[in-house]
Amino acid sequence: MIVRKSDKVIVLGITGRQGTFWTDKMLAYGTQVVAGVNPKRAGEYHCNVPIFASTADAVRETDGSVAVMFIPPSVARHAAIAAIESRIRLLVVLTEHIPAQDVMAVLAAAARHGTRVVGPNTAGLVTPGECFVGIMPAFVPSVFKPGRVGVISRSGSLGTLICLKLTQAGVGQSAFVGIGGDPMLGTTSRDALEALDRDPATDAVVIVGEIGGTMEEEAAEYAKTMNKPIAAFIAGAASPPGKKMGHAGAIVLGNRGSYASKRKALEAVGVIVVDTPAEIVPALAIRDLGK
Amino acid sequence: MNFEEYVAKSLILAPAGIAVPRGQLCTTPDEVAVAVRSIGPAVIKAQVATGKRGKAGGIRFVSTPPEAERVASAVLGMTIGEYRVERLLVEEQAKVAREFYAAVLNDAQERKPLILFATEGGMDIEEIAAANPDAIRRLPIDIDDTPSAADGRVVALDAKFVLDDSAAYRQEEIAKLAALAPMTALERLAAEHGLKFIQLDGNVGVLANGAGLTMTTMDVIRHYGGRPANFLEIGGEAYTKSEIALDLVLSNPGIKSLVINFCGAFARTDVMADGVVKAWKELKPSIPVFFSIHGTGEEEAIALVRESLRIEPYESMEDAIQAAVRVAQ
Repeated sequence: MIVRKSDKVIVLGITGRQGTFWTDKMLAYGTQVVAGVNPKRAGEYHCNVPIFASTADAVRETDGSVAVMFIPPSVARHAAIAAIESRIRLLVVLTEHIPAQDVMAVLAAAARHGTRVVGPNTAGLVTPGECFVGIMPAFVPSVFKPGRVGVISRSGSLGTLICLKLTQAGVGQSAFVGIGGDPMLGTTSRDALEALDRDPATDAVVIVGEIGGTMEEEAAEYAKTMNKPIAAFIAGAASPPGKKMGHAGAIVLGNRGSYASKRKALEAVGVIVVDTPAEIVPALAIRDLGK
Repeated sequence: MNFEEYVAKSLILAPAGIAVPRGQLCTTPDEVAVAVRSIGPAVIKAQVATGKRGKAGGIRFVSTPPEAERVASAVLGMTIGEYRVERLLVEEQAKVAREFYAAVLNDAQERKPLILFATEGGMDIEEIAAANPDAIRRLPIDIDDTPSAADGRVVALDAKFVLDDSAAYRQEEIAKLAALAPMTALERLAAEHGLKFIQLDGNVGVLANGAGLTMTTMDVIRHYGGRPANFLEIGGEAYTKSEIALDLVLSNPGIKSLVINFCGAFARTDVMADGVVKAWKELKPSIPVFFSIHGTGEEEAIALVRESLRIEPYESMEDAIQAAVRVAQ
């Protein structure tokens, strides 16, 4: 799930307003976008990229192995499964509001075919200085710069803010992994933590979590085994319980998903949990992290 | 999307062939009395989409029509959780031999549907699950041990149904009957514009993009000793709605200052700032407003706020929030 300049990317829904805007941004940043998919416009070019009728055609003709979806929720299941069956290695699902039944069908298909799904409802993946896949402001120099801190975030906007705080302090990032704001995800905080732990270009990790679900608690289980320093910020301490805070996954039900539970689980394994985003950099500096 | 018990029983369980007690939905004490005359000894159940109905006095056993009328008068109009009781389900009483709990749910960890079966009743099943997950087992059920009423029937005495909000568009008939959480007038207005607005009791207004950043803005307000006045997300596709969003946050009574915190990823800060500037001319805010703007489109957005509103956005969101908290105190 750490994207590289060598990855060949196929954009599903390339001709839409957002597909167009972000394909241009990805290309300008250095992402190898090799194909777009739109059954009605096969044979044409869009953003200087050839369009194919299906993901299967695009894979066959361009050898693309990463796909990113600018596809509305009602047809996302169909598009995602078609991509998975075309042997896409990494599928980035940006779409929000995909029914849970459809998400389960997509993730089951991904498990059968060995596809790594990131999302749904993710803002995407950034490897600063190399490429990005999704809808993150990789190209804004005040937000991202190359470096050695990996960032995992459920939220695109908050992940952007955390990377901005790092960059403003001169701390660059090895990778940004947006996992998504839905309750059911192809890649969890723990999965991303394992990937960054294995990544030789990453020296430390920032976990940007939020209330709801148990992903931070599961990530803490793995964090226990890690030597790389980890700092975390969890959003939602001031949110009222029982209300869905924008993200479908951000809701506290009973004791489940509470801020206190997440903070306790992370602190118990030595993760420094900070109160405001501005404290992330000092928290990493405590561990003598070189810039 | 939550539903009251009568919807779960009549639209979900009964059509699937699961027996439910004989019953009738009533909205007045008179109707309840008439229903009990035909049903006999009955249970009167407040229809509210929340737990702990029994403990709140919303589930009552009655024997005669006059008693039923008296009890119904007391229960109708009660407030349970956030909800006012407006409907009662009147059902025949069942002699219970054994009580069981069954659930079908989407398991986020396994990413699969999960069927739960517990050999104890479901009064506080969430608490049992949280405190001691082992108390709920996935055991093979012996056929002789099948749950039953005293007369041998298997009956669904209670039911709770939740519909995935994202799937509501393909379950229109059911979704129409959803129990909407009580909303303030401003929350309702926001919902009509497709915006998620939660009115809180603080005095520092929040206008931010994205769920995570909005929650964080509230957290940092509280961290510096302030009280957030609202949650309002204009993330995702809603980022183009900053005009109406500004109107909503400024309409919140008791607001003393406002933080506008944009951190653009998908949401373009230039588009959001443009909406704010347009609405500003109409609304002419009388309270101080503190900006922090970063990410996609930040240069255009900052220039626009500077030139059109003569306000200098803060370098850091913490500084903008501290300033807003100070003014509000």
